[in-house]
Amino acid sequence: MTELAKKRPEFRNINALTDLPSYRLPAAGWVSILHRVSGVMMFLLMPFIIWMFDTSVSSEYSFARFKAAFNSGLGFVPGWFFKLVALALIWAYLHHFIAGLRHLWMDVSHAAVSKEFGKSSALVTLALSILLTLVLGAKLFGLY
Amino acid sequence: MSVNYGSKRTVVGAHYGLRDWLSQRVTAGLMALFTLIVLAQVIFSRGPVSYDKWAGIFASQWMKVLTFSVIAALLWHVWVGMRDVWMDYVKPVWLRLALQIFTIVWLTGCAGWAIQVLWRL
Repeated sequence: MTELAKKRPEFRNINALTDLPSYRLPAAGWVSILHRVSGVMMFLLMPFIIWMFDTSVSSEYSFARFKAAFNSGLGFVPGWFFKLVALALIWAYLHHFIAGLRHLWMDVSHAAVSKEFGKSSALVTLALSILLTLVLGAKLFGLY
Repeated sequence: MSVNYGSKRTVVGAHYGLRDWLSQRVTAGLMALFTLIVLAQVIFSRGPVSYDKWAGIFASQWMKVLTFSVIAALLWHVWVGMRDVWMDYVKPVWLRLALQIFTIVWLTGCAGWAIQVLWRL
């Protein structure tokens, strides 16, 4: 055995609480974990999404109720909370959508499977999803 | 991957092959297309989005059929995705099975509700 082989670092299973906070992920790593996080978020909020579909599309009366929920609240839930949840969904959808397109592009293009493209496309994904969320969020909260 | 054939063949978990990978991408493509179709109709409509305009998008028969298949695609896509998440992070078999059953019930329930909304339009 050579000297080099003996000094190889040893990697064990990482602990979520003691190891993860000190780990620094590259941009592509953030896109990857956020792809999961956004997917799980949309999975858990699916009843809310269908509730929005139901009330907005079923009748004129329910459409008014849908708008009122976002403007003045529904029951004990204030309107800004509906908007905040909708904003979280907007981000989750945008991130999942753009990161998904990045996946598809990497599947069809051999040129896209490189370290450089992996990094630059990850940065584009993160920036674009956050930027579009800010633009749509400003609209949602009535800033323009 | 270690040996996965003959008597060592893994018979549980993901399918370790083309099927899930391809279905995940095909369903994603269909949903992305649907997103663009709905978005285009909202963006290129004039004035504020009224009830008639919004409900009108989903009212035509071809849009109902498309939305129906998108709901089916969503169901499939989310099942593969959530199953992967549970398999990666949840190790006790009883808990993983419980969560997978919950996922199936949650998804079929949601799909049923969405289809009901769609079909009474």
